[in-house]
Amino acid sequence: MKRVIVIGGGPAGMQAAVALKAAGLEPVIVERSDALGGKLRDWHNLFPSATPAREVLDGLRKAVEMARVEVLLHTEVEGLTPDGSKPSVEVALAGGHAVQLSGGRKLEAAAVVVASGFDVFDASLKEEYGYRIYDNVFTTVDVERMLNEGGVALADGSAPRRVAFVHCVGSRDEKVNQKHCSKVCCVTAVKQAMEMRALFPEADIYNFYMDIRMFGPGYEELYQRAQQESRVNFIRGRVSEASPTIDGRIQIKAEDTLVGRPMKMSVDMLVLAVGMKAGSSCEKFARTADAALSPNGFLAPADLFSGCVASGVPGVFYAGAATAPKTIGESLAEGSMAACWVVEYLDTLAK
Amino acid sequence: MGAINFGYTVSAARAIDLDRNDLGPARQIAAEMPEFAACIACGGCTATCTAGALTNFNFRMVQTLVRRGEYAGAWREMNKCMLCGKCRLVCPRGINTRGVVRLIKRKLGDY
Repeated sequence: MKRVIVIGGGPAGMQAAVALKAAGLEPVIVERSDALGGKLRDWHNLFPSATPAREVLDGLRKAVEMARVEVLLHTEVEGLTPDGSKPSVEVALAGGHAVQLSGGRKLEAAAVVVASGFDVFDASLKEEYGYRIYDNVFTTVDVERMLNEGGVALADGSAPRRVAFVHCVGSRDEKVNQKHCSKVCCVTAVKQAMEMRALFPEADIYNFYMDIRMFGPGYEELYQRAQQESRVNFIRGRVSEASPTIDGRIQIKAEDTLVGRPMKMSVDMLVLAVGMKAGSSCEKFARTADAALSPNGFLAPADLFSGCVASGVPGVFYAGAATAPKTIGESLAEGSMAACWVVEYLDTLAK
Repeated sequence: MGAINFGYTVSAARAIDLDRNDLGPARQIAAEMPEFAACIACGGCTATCTAGALTNFNFRMVQTLVRRGEYAGAWREMNKCMLCGKCRLVCPRGINTRGVVRLIKRKLGDY
């Protein structure tokens, strides 16, 4: 059997499928939504280069199409095994693997790549920030959508004169059971602050952060440009609450921890930089294959260093944000890497 | 006979209120020296400060307050600086910190 099931049609899954096909295998992408692309479909421009998300997406879609990869849309994987138990080593060694699909179907394969991605943190759980309570509180995901739809505006259609971004919404926060750092929200908020500056040259733009984590190539440089060229004000302190003012604006409070004094201000638009939480299917995948979960709910790779795409379960591999928050670039790299590991695994079985 | 003083006072609000603060002078300073905004609050300047070793002068804190529109006392604080320029040598963002001191002294004498 040459079939390899790729769970999830986002960047990692598409990249893995194309690489598997190139290696002479028969990948099948199983995607629960109505199209390939994953969350990348919702993004506008990608940090730090402002590359249109559409460019990356179109490239991936074209590659999948050219490679004639089989794609099952509107199909959900219910379990990594047909009977919900860990595949025995004997079964795996015989090259047999099957996943349980929605609708009671089974799909047999030689190996599985789990590229099921992440979920966006639901900002309304941080009730103190007023998401879905006040009209002009948005998330960074909403801003990407507004940019894609052609413009950012307040609920009444007017332009904001003062915008504040709140970093770490649903990250580094025990109160919502998300202790991990989602790592991409800092640079996303900086990128969007710069996009706001381009849209609203006269507006005041503030970013409230706990730490600025600019880990990637060009990120720190982007941050400095945001400060200096885009005149974005960075204030170190976590916003504690948002409340409405009598004139319909939003008042926020924080500590300016760099000077040790409380701070307050009213803004027209509040943007919550939401984090990445474990994908909703991680738990059932781990349960049905007896694989390990990290404390933060993401799938735990067998080894953080030399086996970051290995699951520890024979024939099951991971790629992308199913195991931790990742950038598009990192997810693509892991897609290729997971394909390599599948090829090596099947070669070993054949010997 | 005066009123009895019970010792109660009204404290001034401590919060930095960005709705009330006049950010004009801070913007002017940033316009003349855009790198002023590039501070990442590492504290290198304050750690190496000759004046800070002998007084409670904290350049990092004072210039942060200026960027928030809190100018009271900034000019007086900056007079503690001896313009030795060591802070400029250590700044990882390449800010002309000595120039910032001079700019604040020039712009904020009225506060």
